[in-house]
Amino acid sequence: MRRVGVVALNTFREAVRDRVLYNLVFFALLMMAAAIAVGQISIGIEQTVIVSLGLSAISVIGLLISVFIGVALVSKEMDKRTLYALLAKPVRRWEFLLGKFAGLVLTLAVNTAAMALGLLVVMIYMKHSLERSDAVVLVAVYFILLKLALIVALALLFSCFTTPLLAILFTVGLYIVGFYVQELRDLPVEVMSPAMAAFTKWLSYLLPNFENFNVMAMAAHGRAVPGALILQNTLYTVVYCTIVLTAAASVFSRRNLK
Amino acid sequence: MLANNGYMPCLAIEVENLTKEYPFGFLHLKKKTSLEGLNMQVETGEVFGFIGPNGAGKSTTIKLLMRLIFPTAGSARILGKPISDVEMHRDIGYLPEQPYFYDHLTAAELLDYFARFHDLTAADRKERVERMLKKVGLETARKIQLRKYSKGMLQRVGLAQAILHDPKVVILDEPMSGLDPVGRREVRDIILELKRDGKTVMFSTHILSDAEMLCDRVGVIVGGKLRGVGAPGTLVDMKTQGMEILFELRGTSNAPLLSKATRTGDCYRLQVAEEELYAAIEQLRGAGARILSVSQVKATLEEFFMNLVEEDRAQAAAVEVSGK
Repeated sequence: MRRVGVVALNTFREAVRDRVLYNLVFFALLMMAAAIAVGQISIGIEQTVIVSLGLSAISVIGLLISVFIGVALVSKEMDKRTLYALLAKPVRRWEFLLGKFAGLVLTLAVNTAAMALGLLVVMIYMKHSLERSDAVVLVAVYFILLKLALIVALALLFSCFTTPLLAILFTVGLYIVGFYVQELRDLPVEVMSPAMAAFTKWLSYLLPNFENFNVMAMAAHGRAVPGALILQNTLYTVVYCTIVLTAAASVFSRRNLK
Repeated sequence: MLANNGYMPCLAIEVENLTKEYPFGFLHLKKKTSLEGLNMQVETGEVFGFIGPNGAGKSTTIKLLMRLIFPTAGSARILGKPISDVEMHRDIGYLPEQPYFYDHLTAAELLDYFARFHDLTAADRKERVERMLKKVGLETARKIQLRKYSKGMLQRVGLAQAILHDPKVVILDEPMSGLDPVGRREVRDIILELKRDGKTVMFSTHILSDAEMLCDRVGVIVGGKLRGVGAPGTLVDMKTQGMEILFELRGTSNAPLLSKATRTGDCYRLQVAEEELYAAIEQLRGAGARILSVSQVKATLEEFFMNLVEEDRAQAAAVEVSGK
């Protein structure tokens, strides 16, 4: 696992030096503008608006980073052939892959934590204090980070066997579909053929369920998130990422480099 | 094989029937053979040159050895271990062709990064990185990010990372590529130093003078097939192909041999068969020529190489014609 750590730290350093964290400046400006604007246009729902806006910004910025950089993690190394010298060292391909994944998740964790801190500062600025119920905002941020880890794993898997453009399309497509998994499960199976019913059932379990991570409304209204959901989402992410990364490693370990 | 008993194997690299085919076409149904049944051995402690024209299969072979691509058939062992054994890479150094590295790192950071995979202590890493940067002449550029490096400087960094961990076998893909004459000389010196230290060096090149100068043995690969292996001197036909007479002649003469000679000012260069040498010298003296030197004419590695390339092209053309 030490080799995984070495690759991960280099991936993190690359992201920092390639100015990925500059998005924090954009987030800070957005939050400052929102804090001023919200105070003037909304009465009594300042927190709801600012939390919704802040969490949405954290989610969208994280999504952009995880899709675009996630896809480039391996494809860029193959295109530029930086991978050649590395794989000549005593490093297994799955260790490289896991290191790249861990490095980007670390980047996203630092980025997300910084943005969450910014959101809390704005909340303090608006309310002049924080309450115990505000902790739900941190849970929502944690869920966003879990969701982003899942997206990185999917982007990594697709980039192992297809072109970067297609990998982006597949990842974004799966992200959108992932919000409708519950609808897929709720389809009226009684009007379907048994084969179709079985297919939709299996498909609903196969596709990543991103709706489970969406507690933005609860956070905006200060409603507590059940502990069971936190545990369930954590386990779901760990298991799903493990499966996806195993598949990615399996594909990548057989891939001929250019 | 002695490798598994803790002894140094006598063969550093063994390649058996290594074949690589690439599918192509819309449905990948057609196949192009890049390497065909390669059998080759590199002995421990020797400098082995892998020579061939562009697209001959040199880089393919090296990539197969480094497991960057996978063979269609055949197998290979390095230091007695199968190439699928990742731990074996502790004893191997590799310089890719036209190397490119993480451009957000400086040379020192890149070398330190690679050294971390070899379980070296921080002090050992620091010492080795400094030593390698000095060896490849990059100590003054150690703090510059690699994105600002020239092609030649990247080649030097590549060489440094290949030998950083003191490997037993060093595999270099076109190590002289992109280097100026000074850089080429330095790389040659490093290869000779590695040989003195008992390392095995295998390098690919299409610069034949480098191969002749450095290699104990060379393997010539053309069209994906190994066409000859041996010491550079034994590969070519060592029989004298004729004699060359260099002579000076002022004024004019009607000697018939003069029409066959190449003239530069008052100096002439004439190539004759070995058995005709004395008769030719007498005839030239009779014409008033002053003999400056007489030397043997032997085939060079380049001629051997070019003959193989021409043969291969002729074969390919014949196949194309018969296909039509």
